Amino acid sequence: MSEHAELFDLTLTEEQRITRETMRKFAEIQLRAISRAADEAGAAPEGFYKKTTELGLSLIPIPEVVGGAGMPRSPVSNMLNAEDLGKGDMSLALGAVTPLAFINAVIDNGTPAQQEAFLSPFISDDFVPATIALMEPRASFEPTDLHTTAKKEGQTYVLNGVKTMVLLGDVAQQILVIANENGVPGAYVVPAGAQGLSIEKEKFMGLHAVNTSKVTLDNVTVNAINKLGTDDKPFQLQRLLDLSRIGLCAMSLGCAEAMLEYVTAYVNERVAFGEPISHRQSVAFMVANIAIELEAMRMMVYRAAARAERGLDFHREAYLAQVFCAEKTMEIGNNGVQLLGGHGFIREHMVELWYRNLRAVGILEGAACV
Amino acid sequence: MINLEISPGHQNLANMIHGMAKGMIRPLARKYDTLEHEKAVELENLAKMMEKMGGGMGGLGGSKKDKKEGESEPQIKNGTQMLGVIGAMEMCWACTGLTMAIPGMGLGNAAIDAVATDEQKERFGKVFAAMAITEPGCGSDSANISTTARLVGDEWLINGEKIFVTDGGQCTHIVVWATLDKSLGKAAIKSFVVPKDAPGLQVVRLEKKMGIRASDTAAITFTDCRIPKGNILGDPSIAQTAEERKKAFGGVMQTFDNTRPAVGAMANGVARAALDMTREILEKEGVILDYNKRRWNNSALQAEFYLMEAEYEAARLLILKAAWLADNKIPNSKEASMCKAKSGRVGSYITLRCVEICGSLGYGEEYLLEKFARDSKILDIFEGTQQVQQLIVARHQLGLSSRELK
Repeated sequence: MSEHAELFDLTLTEEQRITRETMRKFAEIQLRAISRAADEAGAAPEGFYKKTTELGLSLIPIPEVVGGAGMPRSPVSNMLNAEDLGKGDMSLALGAVTPLAFINAVIDNGTPAQQEAFLSPFISDDFVPATIALMEPRASFEPTDLHTTAKKEGQTYVLNGVKTMVLLGDVAQQILVIANENGVPGAYVVPAGAQGLSIEKEKFMGLHAVNTSKVTLDNVTVNAINKLGTDDKPFQLQRLLDLSRIGLCAMSLGCAEAMLEYVTAYVNERVAFGEPISHRQSVAFMVANIAIELEAMRMMVYRAAARAERGLDFHREAYLAQVFCAEKTMEIGNNGVQLLGGHGFIREHMVELWYRNLRAVGILEGAACV
Repeated sequence: MINLEISPGHQNLANMIHGMAKGMIRPLARKYDTLEHEKAVELENLAKMMEKMGGGMGGLGGSKKDKKEGESEPQIKNGTQMLGVIGAMEMCWACTGLTMAIPGMGLGNAAIDAVATDEQKERFGKVFAAMAITEPGCGSDSANISTTARLVGDEWLINGEKIFVTDGGQCTHIVVWATLDKSLGKAAIKSFVVPKDAPGLQVVRLEKKMGIRASDTAAITFTDCRIPKGNILGDPSIAQTAEERKKAFGGVMQTFDNTRPAVGAMANGVARAALDMTREILEKEGVILDYNKRRWNNSALQAEFYLMEAEYEAARLLILKAAWLADNKIPNSKEASMCKAKSGRVGSYITLRCVEICGSLGYGEEYLLEKFARDSKILDIFEGTQQVQQLIVARHQLGLSSRELK
């Protein structure tokens, strides 16, 4: 690495700058514009996902031999995209990048044969949904203590358990199920429609626009090749978790940016006691603190992603970024609604939607892997 | 290209400063906290060493020019601002009070570095200069000072009272803010370099404080205090138009864009000291801090520790950003205030929480945790309080003037 590349630096590369412009435009026109309607409908409108294929997100990292663009894996670029799309709408953004999370996990953990087998379906002009099923419905859920089990039987694996918050679970053509095999976490590709697989729609406080499902595995059997990795190079759960934390935090960063812009305009326009409420310190300081914590969130997320990109250990940074973003997005969501008073509580304004979506940080794991 | 790691060059310097601070300052921390106001003679050697290391940090603001003549400018720079904040973090990790008592590290030095003419730098470049702004009747509203300066012949006559002058007792010079004509407001405020032995200057008392006791805080009176005409910093004329007035005072206030990240860095340094010590104590007692379980599946103690670490890192990165902007000549007034606000409150939160978490060990004088908690509080007050920083950030964010958002 050149001396220059070792400097502390916050400037984007030329390519990232150009992509950022495209993403922001797309997020505004294709996500923000339909955000409220999609939230009310509890689903992305017809044709939305097809439109996201013009961004080429899924094809970019897929190896050339499989038919993709074979671009080097860039957690920073993916993180920036997540931030920009998240500013449009967090749940639609999650839906748009869910196949990419699956793809990244396969690239990170799969053998060349597995990459060929599980990534070639994505070489298509259509949006090909695929997802990761990690979470389980327990308050004290811990990714390293999974109750879903995988048992080797001859040349197959038999999976049993219940997964929750599986994004695009109802439409996914492939589901990467993370399960416990004799105390060791493994990742198993389960095709849609497998025998013993049942999928049930779930509803949450937020993230309405992305289809979320409970996935039950009742003696689901997959071939041995469907288990990612080898004995020498086993599946890395921690890496998946950390990269997913970066992705989700980046989306929340975008959402918090949207919140800051919205309340800034609102408090400058809203008049009470004869002047804009922004002229009062109690209001202005809340806005200032949103700006401060948001910038701090950005630095935390950028650092974790940049470390991942450089091949440095980034577990602690991703962990702390999630701790920080979970705390601060709660505060930003809460204060964002508060600043609009009663109007913030009405679904005519966006802030209540962001309040609900932002709460997913610190809860959702294993999604949006960058 | 996005990278938020300290460059290897700066990291080497940071390690060197850390080693020095750990070896030479930390062992004295308790002693001089207890002795209060006693001159720490051991620091004189340290000051000389830092001088040799290329002028130390150029005052805590680290505002010395670092570009050598003829050197081609790289696209992105990590320069003296970055080094200044990193240095301040390492020094205050050892002891905030003693760091402030190191000769030549005063805020007055930063002001001289920032605005002095070459001739003045020749005369004042090596002095130990304190900064005197606050008065008994004027704190955050620094445009409202009452100390006056009047030109009589070839001398300025200074009259007034200054309080909270850091290092005012042991410094050799004081940079004094005074007004040429109070009725003309901000535009008439100028700063003057006053030698301690100037006739009419009197140190009336040293304050007894909650923390940073190793650093003296003086109250100083000026009674027809005489200094040479050439000791005024910056332009002696009073701006006439509103635009010029704004610019003139803005120039004075700009010093803060450099010193605020530095004070934020001090708060960050003491916060890390508390975290390091708490971790050491907890690990000795078998508490594992490995970032493994989700935050709420840990013990309350671990969960709180992780949040403290996250807050510490967040503040640190905001400081580095503000310094990076300054090094690259990008306006950073908003970011300087952001990082000061964040670091100041995070410093108090972390040091106080660490005292609580470590129980009697935290509260007792066997360890330094209670001292860190006493020292950190001032860092959320001086160089612009938490509330002043929020005001500045809010005005930037909302696009409001000081008349609209008071």
